[in-house]
Amino acid sequence: MIKELAVIIVSVVFVNNFVLAKFLGLCPFLGVSQRTSSAVGMGAAVTFVMTLASAITWILYNYILLPGDMNIVGMVFPSVGESGLIEVLKTISYILVIATLVQLVEMMLRKMVPALYDSLGVFLPLITTNCAVLGVALLNTTDSPQHLGFIEAIVQGFGAGIGFTIAILLMSGIRERLALLNIPKPLQGLPIAFICTGLMALAFFGFSGMVK
Amino acid sequence: MSEQSNWKEFSKGLFKYNALFVLVLGICPSLAVTTSLKNGVSMGGAATFVLVSSNFIVSIIRPYVPREIRIPCFIVVIASFVTIVELMMKAYLPTEVNASLGIFIPLIVVNCIILYRAESFAYKNKPFVSILDGAGIGLGWTLSLCLVSGIREMFGAGTLFGLKLSGHYEPASIMIMAPGAFIVTGLLMGLFNWRKQRKSEKSMKVYMKND
Repeated sequence: MIKELAVIIVSVVFVNNFVLAKFLGLCPFLGVSQRTSSAVGMGAAVTFVMTLASAITWILYNYILLPGDMNIVGMVFPSVGESGLIEVLKTISYILVIATLVQLVEMMLRKMVPALYDSLGVFLPLITTNCAVLGVALLNTTDSPQHLGFIEAIVQGFGAGIGFTIAILLMSGIRERLALLNIPKPLQGLPIAFICTGLMALAFFGFSGMVK
Repeated sequence: MSEQSNWKEFSKGLFKYNALFVLVLGICPSLAVTTSLKNGVSMGGAATFVLVSSNFIVSIIRPYVPREIRIPCFIVVIASFVTIVELMMKAYLPTEVNASLGIFIPLIVVNCIILYRAESFAYKNKPFVSILDGAGIGLGWTLSLCLVSGIREMFGAGTLFGLKLSGHYEPASIMIMAPGAFIVTGLLMGLFNWRKQRKSEKSMKVYMKND
């Protein structure tokens, strides 16, 4: 069990890094990577929400959306239990769960851990439209090659968040240096950031083939 | 509303407000699905359909939606259309296109372009103009997807729309893979910037001459 979980973590952090290999979460990756301090904040917030979202969407998927005996709605309406709700309600229910979760996390942090809230504050609402969060929810459930267990889904969500944090941290380090360099005028700002990301993705290619 | 300003609402999405290269929105799907021209066109078409329909519905329901809860309302409208598109594509498009677009079809929900147009245009304008705006921005995005995916397919596989271009070309498969996407997009964005900067320099010169 531990070994399988370790494989999942190495796979999502390095081999299938969400930003560099799967192109998920690029907007915050490019938008918030100018300074290292804000990059760390964004990374922490995304990891937190991703882990929670993986847990909740897994429960939603297995107990409400999938057809079968486990379906809670199916106990009241047998016809729903036979067909399931997965085809029609997947996208809507996931995005609503994530949006609600982000709101909830924001309120809870403000009450319970004000210090953390102050450092993450600005980035929390941005996470709703971060496609990495919805992406990890989909990859954990409908688009996963095999059916994942609860623990595996949470670990994959957490690992994906760590992978995002590593990528955005590296990028912010590079961009802090880039700001001091003499770059051709049309390439300044985002274009050169894109090209650097490409080179980083090339470096991360070295990890491919490590995990089957 | 005159015909000329209608045309303006439509055409501004093609270059001046080009979603990918000027506004830099919707980058994730633009990079992920542009491995071949076929995928680029299908993705662009799907997103344009969602954009036009959600702009239309948002501008119709605009008087009944209170300001405080407008974002959740927009998201529900968008998610419904994304579900429609997903089921339609599963039914009518070949399986290999569906497989390579994968999770990026449901991810149209969080495509920033669509929410951005709903919030900044459709929520303030009439249905007909909103449709034009959606079609323009969507077409602009589709065209830039075609550009990126065309370049990547040409250099990375030596084909265009699946047809072989030349017999003597050894494909550089790096262009099909992740790094190629970032580098091609970065260079194209630089090209757009260069064009914009040259234009503003020119107008500056004219201005100084007139002075």
